[in-house]
Amino acid sequence: MAAVNTTPRQKVGWGTANFVVIALALIPVLWIVSLSFKTPTAILDPSFWPAQWTWGNYSGVLETSTFIRPLINSIGIGLIATFISVVLASMAAYAVARLRFPGKQVLIGLCLLLAMFPLIALVTPMFNIERAIGLFNTWPGLIIPYVAFGLPLGVYILSAFFREIPWELEKAAKVDGATPFQAFVKVIAPLAAPGMVTTAILVFLFCWNEFIFAISFTSTIASRTAPASLAFLSGSSQFTVPTGPIAAAATVITIPIIIFVLFFQRRIVAGLTSGAVKG
Amino acid sequence: MSTSTEVTAGTEAERAPKKGKPELSEGARAERRLGWLLCAPAVIVMLAVAGFPIGYAVWLSLERYNLELPQDIKFVGLSNYAAVLSSPYWWQALKVTVIITIFSVAITLVLGMLLAMVMYRTLFGRGTVRTASLVPYGIVTVAAAYGWQYAWTPNEGYLSAAFNNSAPLTTEYKAIAVIILAEIWKTTPFMGLLLLAGLSLVPEDLQKAAKVDGATAWQRFTKITLPLMKPAILVALLFRTLDSFRVFDSIFILTAGANNTGSVSILAWDNLFNALNLGIGSAISIVIFICVAIIAVLFIKGFGTAAPGSDIGKR
Repeated sequence: MAAVNTTPRQKVGWGTANFVVIALALIPVLWIVSLSFKTPTAILDPSFWPAQWTWGNYSGVLETSTFIRPLINSIGIGLIATFISVVLASMAAYAVARLRFPGKQVLIGLCLLLAMFPLIALVTPMFNIERAIGLFNTWPGLIIPYVAFGLPLGVYILSAFFREIPWELEKAAKVDGATPFQAFVKVIAPLAAPGMVTTAILVFLFCWNEFIFAISFTSTIASRTAPASLAFLSGSSQFTVPTGPIAAAATVITIPIIIFVLFFQRRIVAGLTSGAVKG
Repeated sequence: MSTSTEVTAGTEAERAPKKGKPELSEGARAERRLGWLLCAPAVIVMLAVAGFPIGYAVWLSLERYNLELPQDIKFVGLSNYAAVLSSPYWWQALKVTVIITIFSVAITLVLGMLLAMVMYRTLFGRGTVRTASLVPYGIVTVAAAYGWQYAWTPNEGYLSAAFNNSAPLTTEYKAIAVIILAEIWKTTPFMGLLLLAGLSLVPEDLQKAAKVDGATAWQRFTKITLPLMKPAILVALLFRTLDSFRVFDSIFILTAGANNTGSVSILAWDNLFNALNLGIGSAISIVIFICVAIIAVLFIKGFGTAAPGSDIGKR
């Protein structure tokens, strides 16, 4: 409809706007990728694309455990934290959206508090607590805070999703003799699956991206995550410029997540905006 | 929107009789128990990770506690707060944080609005634009920060070369500008998506009617689009402001706080991991926490931002 009365000038105008957006979004990423293919001498040349291309930075980074181990930590910690977070958030969101019980406000208040929480305010006390109870520099030492900060996101998104579910089905299941718990597991959970996938993606992205806790609650590659390990790659190669290896490592942790984001973009957009529009 | 209110109305109506009964039926009690049972794990985790440590941080902030002097732990009342609030380092860090917050949020709002407009109105390639704009959102902040750092390194970076081989990261205000640039690049897509969601709630008919009445594009934007989008804009602003006030990752990589470019989060982190001073570090943490609370209250009470989740509360 709109296309009928568009002038060529409008087409050029919007085409330019599209081009500007795409260029601004992609150029900084392409720069990191380009750096990761530069040889140590080519790094000292400010041209955007490498004069000679090399895989050396990648083989260097992927051969040492200083980066591989954090990569495994990142994936493991991210997946476990995401799984626990989504399970706990679905339970709570179901209760918030569906059940009548006193104390609901406490949960909502807590979620709100955590959603706005300055992470740095937790670093000092958690650092001391984790050292005292032996969680410092372990996987659970990062998983537990990640679960906690994934929860508000999960409760918001999932309770929004749960409201859209046709609840007559649950009633029908109860009429057929299902307990409330069975009704939740057998009827509602499958219907809520898209919401849970959305939540899982956003929580995983949060864990993958998180940096303050990752550098504060870890001290060795036993539990350090990939973003935190970037800051320590600098020291690994004393006599070469670490720019290339860091760029290669940055690319390794970036490209899969970009593919992931592009693949799930509809769900991500739905999840990010579900809270805001209704507010 | 309307369907969801109907659903609520329906459930309220069918539950009303239950409420009127003098004592709780077996079903209502079971529901109550299930409600508590389902929420308990989430509440416990959140209390354990945020509630308890923040209380502990308050306690630590009242002590003289340096990790290098473990024998010398002593209750000192509010003197850590006095030390923080009378220190030029705190005020410098707060100044930097406020500058970064104001500029990055304001510019992100304008660019995010433009991005939302492009995503909403462009004639072709809408999907491609949205896909491309999600890239900065998805990228790890630290990785992006390294990209900016190298781009602005003299003799190595394309941006430095384009600006006469300049070294902005070595001077205070230019470094802050680069930090703001990195923040804007990373967060504009998020802002754009939130605003796009608000934009799609503005009825097309209103726009057309105004156009027929002779309103210019700018008038339509300021008199129709903006007022109707106000709730979405305020929520987006609240989230972005709080997020920006906590800025840490970009600065840690770009300057590590050198040349007076550290934010309050960087200052707190330095006090813990470089000075090993738990008392002062905790006091800074608590002051940051209070600042964030003030920002949130200002937005919610002052501007009438709907508190996120307040719609859940009504149910």
